[in-house]
Amino acid sequence: MTANEVALSYLVASVLFILALRGLSHPRTARRGNLLGMVGMAVAIVTTFAITNRIDMARLGIGIGAVVGLIVSRRVQMTQMPELVAAMHSLVGLAAVLIAFAVVNDPSAFNLDVPIPRGNRLELFVGTFIGAVTFSGSIIAFGKLAGLGKYSRLFSSAPVVFKGQHIVNLLIALAMIAAGVVFVASPPEGQWTPFGAMTAIAFLLGVLTIIPIGGADMPVVISMLNSYSGWAAAGIGFSLNNSMLIIAGSLVGSSGAILSYIMCRAMNRSFFSVILGGFGGAEGAVVSGVQQKAVKAGSAEDVAFLLSNADSVIIVPGYGLAVGRAQHATKEMADKLMKKGVNVRYAIHPVAGRMPGHMNVLLAEAEVPYDQVFEMEDINADFGSADIAFVLGANDVVNPLAEQPGSPIYGMPILEAHKAHTVVVNKRSMAAGYAGVDNPLFYMDKTMMVFGDAKKVIEDIVKSLD
Amino acid sequence: MEQTVTNLTVFVLAVFVGYHVVWNVTPALHTPLMSVTNAVSSVIIVGAILASGSTNSGVGVLLGTIAVALASVNTFGGFLVSLRMLEMFKRKEPEPGPPTSTQQPPTVH
Repeated sequence: MTANEVALSYLVASVLFILALRGLSHPRTARRGNLLGMVGMAVAIVTTFAITNRIDMARLGIGIGAVVGLIVSRRVQMTQMPELVAAMHSLVGLAAVLIAFAVVNDPSAFNLDVPIPRGNRLELFVGTFIGAVTFSGSIIAFGKLAGLGKYSRLFSSAPVVFKGQHIVNLLIALAMIAAGVVFVASPPEGQWTPFGAMTAIAFLLGVLTIIPIGGADMPVVISMLNSYSGWAAAGIGFSLNNSMLIIAGSLVGSSGAILSYIMCRAMNRSFFSVILGGFGGAEGAVVSGVQQKAVKAGSAEDVAFLLSNADSVIIVPGYGLAVGRAQHATKEMADKLMKKGVNVRYAIHPVAGRMPGHMNVLLAEAEVPYDQVFEMEDINADFGSADIAFVLGANDVVNPLAEQPGSPIYGMPILEAHKAHTVVVNKRSMAAGYAGVDNPLFYMDKTMMVFGDAKKVIEDIVKSLD
Repeated sequence: MEQTVTNLTVFVLAVFVGYHVVWNVTPALHTPLMSVTNAVSSVIIVGAILASGSTNSGVGVLLGTIAVALASVNTFGGFLVSLRMLEMFKRKEPEPGPPTSTQQPPTVH
C-alpha cells in the first residue's frame, strides 16, 4: 500500500469511529453505531497489517486477546460493568506504555528518525506518563469497585488519606516531570534511565491519586480514567505521527471528560474537589439540625399493600439495587403492579450506582421498557403527584438536606422523592450514605422504612402481591 | 515541526468533533458509551502491531506482541460487551407487533 492509501484507509476508520459514537444518541441507532465501530477497527487493523513486514506475532497476540475478550464479554454480569470498564482502561494504559518502550527501543520500526527527534520524544513522554497513570489508577479503581478492600487497604472503598497527601503527590508529579524533561533533553545513549524513572514514578502517581477517592465518587473516577485512556492513545498517535490514533484518542478523551463533567455537575462538586479525594470519610460527618426521631419500619407485606392501592409509583433505584442484584425482581414487581393498573415509572439520578448509566443498563437487562425510565429533570416535577416514591438502595441522591443551605451536600440536584404522598425506603441499615450526612427523608411521617437486602425484600413484596 | 503542527490541527478538530458528538449521547446509554469508547481507544493496537513487526529487535517484538494482546482484549471485549448491552436496550423497543386482543375493541363498520 502506498502512504496515501494507508492515510485514506485510516481516514475511513476515523470516520467510522465518529459515526459509532454518534449512533449512541438513541437506543434505536446504537447497535448500528457499535457495528460501524467494529468495521472501523477492522479497517485499521487490516491496513496496519498491510504495512508491517512481519504479522505472525501480531496475529498470535490478537488471537489471545480475542479469546480473553470473548470470554469476558460473555461472562460478565451487568452489575460488574464498572469493574470491567476499569479493567479495560488499565489495559489500554499498559499497552500505551509498552508501545512507548518499543518506540524508544527501535524508532525505525515506526518510521521515526534515529535518534528520535525532540518533539516526538516530548510526545512520547506525555503519552507514556498518561498511559502509566491510567494503568495503575485503573487497577486501584478496579479493586475498589470489585470490593477487594478486604485484601489490601489500597483497594478500600473508603478514601485512603494521610497527612500531607497532596504535597507528597505534588512533589512526586514534579519529580516525574523532571525525569521527563531529562529524557527529552538527553542524548540517545542516556535516555533509558530517565525514561524508566519517569514511567515508574507515573505508575506510583496513578496509585496515589486514586486511593483517596471514595466508592461513591467512582462515577467521576471511571469517567476520568476513560478520558485518560483516550489521551494516552492520542499521545502515542502524536509521537508516531498517526492521525487515526490522534482522532480516535481525542474522541475517547473528550467523551470521558464530558462524562466526568456531567457526573460532577450531578453532585454539585467541582472536578478538583472530587479528584483531590477524601470526601465522605468517617471523621467529620456533619450532623444536620434535624432532630433524631424514630423511624417507622414496615414489612414487605405492608409495602405490598401500599403499592397495590396506589395509582402511581415512582421507583428510585440506587447502588443498593446493584449490590443486591435486585433488578429482575424489581421488574417482576413492577409487572404485577401494572397488571393491577398501577402506573409504574423509574427515576434515575445521574450518579446513581458506580458509573454513568449504571442503573439504565441494569434495568435494560431486566427488560424494563426504556420509556418507563426517566432522567432526573424529566420526572422531578411528577413526584408531587405520585402516590408512592419507592427508594431502592439510594440515599444521598434523595436527601432533602441538599435543599438546605449550610448542609455539606447543599446544592446537589436530587430526586424529589420527599414530595411524593408516601415514601417507601428500602435500605440494609440506618447507616448514613456516602456523604456521611443523615437523611431526614427517613424520619418523615409519611416515610416507611423496609430494612433488608433489596432482592429479598422485593421478592417478599412480589409474593405478597399475589 | 511541520508534522507536529499537522498533528495538532487534527487533534484540536477531533476534540471538537468528540465534544459535539458525545453531548448528543442519551444519558441512558452512558455505560455503553464507556464500553464503546473503551473499544475505540484500543485502536492503539495499530502501534502495537508495528512494534510486534519490528524485525530487527527481539525486545520490540515481545513488547509489541504483549501490547497487541492487551489491546485486542479491549477491542473484542469492548465491542462485544457493548453489543450485549445494546441488545438489551433493543428488546425494550415499544413493540409495534400485534396488540393483545383483549385490549382491542372490535372495529365496527
